[in-house]
Amino acid sequence: MAATIEARGVRKRYGGTAALDGLDLVAERGQVVAVLGPNGAGKTTFVRAVATLVRLDAGTLRVAGHDVAKEPDAVRRSIGLAGQFAAVEPAMTGRENLEMVATLFGHDRRAAKRAAAAVLDRLGLADAGDRLARTYSGGMRRRLDLGASLVGAPRLLLLDEPTAGLDPRSRIELWDAIRALVAQGTDVLLTTQYLDEADHLAGRIVIVDHGRAVAAGTPDELKRRIGGNVVELHVREARDLPPAAELLDRLRPGAVQIDAPTRRVSVRVDADGDGLLPVVRAVQEARIEIDDIALRRPDLDEVFLALTGQPAAQAA
Amino acid sequence: MSSVATGSAALPAASAGGRAGLAKSTVTVARRVLLRYRRTPQLIVLATVQMSLFFLIYRYMFGGAIQVAGMRYVDFLVPGFIATGVLFSGIGTATAMAEDLEQGFVDRLRSLPIPRSAVLAARALADTAIFTWSAAFTTAIAFAVGFRLHGTAAEGLAAFGLVVAFGFAFAWVFITLGLVAGTAQAAQGLGMIVFPFAFISSAYVPVESMPGWLQAFAEHQPLTAMVDAVRALTLGPDAETLLGHPTSYFVVRALAWTAAILAVAFPLAVARYRRG
Repeated sequence: MAATIEARGVRKRYGGTAALDGLDLVAERGQVVAVLGPNGAGKTTFVRAVATLVRLDAGTLRVAGHDVAKEPDAVRRSIGLAGQFAAVEPAMTGRENLEMVATLFGHDRRAAKRAAAAVLDRLGLADAGDRLARTYSGGMRRRLDLGASLVGAPRLLLLDEPTAGLDPRSRIELWDAIRALVAQGTDVLLTTQYLDEADHLAGRIVIVDHGRAVAAGTPDELKRRIGGNVVELHVREARDLPPAAELLDRLRPGAVQIDAPTRRVSVRVDADGDGLLPVVRAVQEARIEIDDIALRRPDLDEVFLALTGQPAAQAA
Repeated sequence: MSSVATGSAALPAASAGGRAGLAKSTVTVARRVLLRYRRTPQLIVLATVQMSLFFLIYRYMFGGAIQVAGMRYVDFLVPGFIATGVLFSGIGTATAMAEDLEQGFVDRLRSLPIPRSAVLAARALADTAIFTWSAAFTTAIAFAVGFRLHGTAAEGLAAFGLVVAFGFAFAWVFITLGLVAGTAQAAQGLGMIVFPFAFISSAYVPVESMPGWLQAFAEHQPLTAMVDAVRALTLGPDAETLLGHPTSYFVVRALAWTAAILAVAFPLAVARYRRG
């Protein structure tokens, strides 16, 4: 059976900049693959290429065994796309939106109605199905958009930053919806700048930077890859941030990360280091009040930083 | 808010449905444009009264000051006003097309297994229908404020049919503009291009009243050809005396322009759409 996605040396330039610069990526059947990277890394261009919307300059890209350039129609039959904006018609009901897409997928009227009803049900929109989409909340709109990408029963779902701009609760609801789909055997390629999102949803993460895949693996593999541990201090008062940072700087000079909004300071340390005890002592001596102190495995944020030299969620 | 069900009701496989052909896809996508109009009061009110309002301003404010030899100004104005209406309604087409592009709607449609031209054909047909509605309403108002056909009713209908054909041809021009603009705001900016074509034409004042260098442009641009054809059809037997050529001359010239515009704009729009 052909891989769901097979990209080899894919290149695309827009004017002077390379959006995709020799990207390689393979997604096997039954996988949820997250493409993770900062803004401008080429994530959206890649998803649009998989969706046959971009003419590539070089490289080969096959989706479900079909070449996107030579057999775009066969590819379009295999995919469902939910882009960065909820591309639903606000002046139509949720049901009408889904029936429209189902009809365009080639369903006759009866099959389109049935498919729309099944998708509304599956995404928890059955009660809102006959309301105009412009009355939906942002989260519901996203779910409807997800439904539109799903109503043709595609083999591969393409989700471009599916939760961008959603409040935390809607975000979790959308995650649940995506997980439920995955449980039913739909393959998913999603892009995100949020590491926790990739960590939650994907079995395989491909980190993309400057149009190239810089690392790939399971979340655990990636975390192991940079090794070591992280010492993290959560101070009570913002004014204690500088002295706390100074303290941690002794463990590994120049590597301290300060996250002012959450009043956290952290630094990566070797796995076979001295552990927390010296840090706790130093904190006591410096009379810094802390809410929390921890020695933990690095999260994907730190992995990303280590691999690309820049924080993941930084706006370009 | 309800929780997400994990029910496993099987979805009908897409491949079982066959393929949505050009006609079916076009109708399906056009329906969305029309529903959007019908269900958005601002849009439908705008489409209905905006053109008529401007018509009344011309009729009653400027009408008194403009003299046209051999005919009443209202009879001169109405064909010109309605025919140039295709340009102003075209700005809406360009803006809507760009908005669909900007908001990802075009991406969704382009990722579906439907003929590429269906999305554009839907936009062209639906917008022509909306323009036809505006033009019909304005025509009714025109009759109410003194406009009269001097020829037969069939000629009057032919005049209206010509205007609809112009609208369809120009829709492709404005679809191309919208695709090139990329954002609704830019499309509106590009839409300003209609002003010289609408005003430096035979639509509102006789071309002979313009300075020579403007006349050269006005005489040879498509809007004048279209306005003259519509006007000739409404003037009946007086057309040749008043306009200098028989009606058939004007109609053929206007149809030639319509065909030429379509022949250029249609492939341009499709090529631009394909490019992505």
